[in-house]
Amino acid sequence: MPEIRNYTLNFGPQHPAAHGVLRLVLEMDGEVIERADPHIGLLHRATEKLAESKPYNQSIPYMDRLDYVSMMCSEHGYVMAVEKLLGVDVPLRAKYIRTMFDEITRILNHLMWLGTHALDVGAMTVFLYAFREREDLMDCYEAVSGARMHAAYYRVGGVYRDLPDVMPRYANNQFRSDADIARKNETRQGSLLDFIEDFTDRFPGNVDEYETLLTDNRIWKQRTVGIGVVTPERAKQLCFTGPMVRGSGLAWDLRKKQPYAAYDKVDFDIPVGVNGDCYDRYLVRVEEMRQSNRIIKQCIQWLRENEGPVIVEDHKVSPPARDDMKGDMESLIHHFKLFTEGYCPPAGEAYAAVEAPKGEFGCYVVSDGANKPFRLKIRAPGFAHLAAMDEMVNGHMLADVVAVIGTMDVVFGEIDR
Amino acid sequence: MNETVKTKSQQRHDTLQANLAEQYASKGCVVTQSLGEVTMVIPREHLTPIMTELRDDERFLFEELIDACGIDYAGYGESEWMTKQASETGFCRGVNRYTIDVSARGENDRFAVVYHLLSMANNQRLRVRTFVDATQPIVDSVVGIWRGADWFEREAFDLYGIMFSGHPDLRRILTDYGFVGHPFRKDFPLEGNVQMRYDAELGRVVYEPVTLDPRVLVPKVIREDNRFQAASLEEQDSTDA
Repeated sequence: MPEIRNYTLNFGPQHPAAHGVLRLVLEMDGEVIERADPHIGLLHRATEKLAESKPYNQSIPYMDRLDYVSMMCSEHGYVMAVEKLLGVDVPLRAKYIRTMFDEITRILNHLMWLGTHALDVGAMTVFLYAFREREDLMDCYEAVSGARMHAAYYRVGGVYRDLPDVMPRYANNQFRSDADIARKNETRQGSLLDFIEDFTDRFPGNVDEYETLLTDNRIWKQRTVGIGVVTPERAKQLCFTGPMVRGSGLAWDLRKKQPYAAYDKVDFDIPVGVNGDCYDRYLVRVEEMRQSNRIIKQCIQWLRENEGPVIVEDHKVSPPARDDMKGDMESLIHHFKLFTEGYCPPAGEAYAAVEAPKGEFGCYVVSDGANKPFRLKIRAPGFAHLAAMDEMVNGHMLADVVAVIGTMDVVFGEIDR
Repeated sequence: MNETVKTKSQQRHDTLQANLAEQYASKGCVVTQSLGEVTMVIPREHLTPIMTELRDDERFLFEELIDACGIDYAGYGESEWMTKQASETGFCRGVNRYTIDVSARGENDRFAVVYHLLSMANNQRLRVRTFVDATQPIVDSVVGIWRGADWFEREAFDLYGIMFSGHPDLRRILTDYGFVGHPFRKDFPLEGNVQMRYDAELGRVVYEPVTLDPRVLVPKVIREDNRFQAASLEEQDSTDA
């Protein structure tokens, strides 16, 4: 009988199913994985080191570029850590806006995850469906901040500005018929809140569409049921958070357990899996989208009924209004000082964590009293999840590696930082 | 409602602090509380036994390691405002030197490893810090206690050069293959030491010393505005013709 040698297979870094720049060195016995060694760092930009040389305020846009499919959640984590250090209390309206946009971000992230995961496993259509809805949510980002992805909308002490009263509309152009443009503009006649409300009304129906394509799909189940099983004990050992730990049956969600922003004022449920396999994690995330939809509805209701400031009035932290600067010397000085030197939090350290779509996103900020952080450590959820790659794929087939990468929801912006 | 939640968590922190102090004060641990977070400094020789107890003890049950990272304390709280030179060099890290308490840190303790622990059962967090010697930055690995510490320790090794004894596979993780130095140390320049480009003659990628000039974040003063020159020249041309 001929001797069978182990193969070493290089997977990525330029592989469409690697979700970015993941280089995976697989040692294989035939088609069975014996050892998986992920090589990361190909997207390392030293965000933490860069933050050490900038005033606190200037690092917020870097946070968008960490997890570039759940932008505002990363901003939220950073901003919360600095607020904790400064002892700033955020106005209630800003908290609701943040809650709403965190949930919009969660839907954005889960849609991206669902589309690409299904695409990797072999279902093409879901991707097209998911991106159709993402487009609307991206428009919400754009309406509020001017950028479709890298919003930099959250500020220390609140958010950059209040929600706009008018939703931007498509202009007539040579590429589409006027009737088509009019149809696209139908939902954009009112304010941003009207537009989001319209979205929340139709979104549960859209989730049903995705579920018709996948939940009882025989191929989908064959590819995900029993793949990458993680027991609750192992999930804790491996430092899992977010949907990865909930898929294993632990009801752990920071939004419920250690509420921040306005999460203690809204009503929602935490979906939990049973078997801890890829299929359960799929079900958990799909249900999370429905719950996010519920939270957004409650936020819209509150935001319609209540007015108020969206950023703290303390001009040592937040810039004064443009109008004041024209006539008021004090405001001009505050503005100048804020954008040249920034602010100096007292010496100390703070860790603040948010329940980002992928898991616990935390920022650990050490201040020595300077106007720049002495050390910023970003705790990216994907980093801990990917570290468990070897354990999760061991003994599985090569094709299952793709399913496991998909279920981890890895994004290299945050893993490599 | 928010008030009661806050006071409850305050009580939990106080109990945790009291329990930790009672149990580990004899081993030289210092427990403090600030900004609603409990921090314990463990002497490095007691790290792994105490961490194991923190995970298994009924009162603590820190079953999950959220994060582990290195810190380089070189120059902590040392620079001061230097406003006079600021217009030429940009603003430095301005701090007031004499207000910072670094008493917990020993003479030669330049580095520290900071662990963030989470107890799902008790819904509690704890920060553990252990200082590491500058000349021999070695500390015991906690991979045996939390499997997930593996990559966090590799990262701290890569970026700070802190060695973890007992780690199964201490390789670099984030930096390039063959990278020299530990980039997050405070004495490592932000722009790095080497730059890389593809050399067409040699047919391979070559590394050479960085040629970047240090940048200053102060806007330059412009006295001659050239923006409208092109337009006025054109005008002149048209009148000439």
